[in-house]
Amino acid sequence: MKAAVLVFPGSNCDRDLAVAFRQAGFQVEMVWHKETSLPNGIDIVGVPGGFSFGDYLRCGAIAARSPIVSALKSHVEKGGYAIGICNGFQVLLETGLLPGALMRNAGLKFICRTVDLEVVTAKSDFTRGYNAGTTVAYPVAHHDGNYQATDDIRKALKGEDRIAFRYTEGINGSVDNIAGILSENRRVLGLMPHPERAAELTLGLTDGEAMFRTLAGAAVDA
Amino acid sequence: MKARVHIMLKTGVLDPQGEAVRHALGSLGFGGVEGVRQGKVIELDLTETDPKKAEAEVTAMCDALLANTVIERYEVELL
Repeated sequence: MKAAVLVFPGSNCDRDLAVAFRQAGFQVEMVWHKETSLPNGIDIVGVPGGFSFGDYLRCGAIAARSPIVSALKSHVEKGGYAIGICNGFQVLLETGLLPGALMRNAGLKFICRTVDLEVVTAKSDFTRGYNAGTTVAYPVAHHDGNYQATDDIRKALKGEDRIAFRYTEGINGSVDNIAGILSENRRVLGLMPHPERAAELTLGLTDGEAMFRTLAGAAVDA
Repeated sequence: MKARVHIMLKTGVLDPQGEAVRHALGSLGFGGVEGVRQGKVIELDLTETDPKKAEAEVTAMCDALLANTVIERYEVELL
């Protein structure tokens, strides 16, 4: 099982994500944004948190047009797994691989704390390690995590069971308290909270570990 | 030739920053402000000299990068 973690100027959760993947048994390759292809045999691509390109223009906008993201798109089109966390979620929305947009938090403040999330669906290789309806604790650290989407997209996300995580209480103005969503084929997850910062006891939180463990299992089966 | 792109949030999209500016204006005593929307202006220096071609080019740039058409609308002005 192999994971690639993309690295942009301004990424700052890339190494944390690599550690979480490695702990789950993945072999990890770090891939610089100027590369035009992914290494051979990659099962999952991780788009990490941070402030890629200084959040210039819009969060994730410049990163979404970098050479490596074309390779990410074809990986996803071929049915490969991808996860975008925080700034990585913003990048996935800017590429159009996931629907909607993330805007400035409704309270205008940067929010940096651990939050409770409801696991809305267990029907994905990201969330299979949890029971739907249970609560997990992941940290958030963002200024632009206010998820917005048209009524049609919201209906589709609900109807197709593609809301992966919801904040148990509103923190940033997101519609339907959405914290993370899945793609139509359920192999791409974008979320604002950080499972990789909750994946070992040393960090004080372990709820994120199950996500990487089930992904490793899925990669073996694939 | 120069072009100026005006980017604004679409009608109906909540603008938390605009709201904050409105509140700040209120607290300074400017009571008559019913709404504030904040956008951005991007100026481009182009080598193209044909206005029609320039407009088409800048429009393509807006769709590809400059605006997020999920939440934003834009207007291209040639100078």
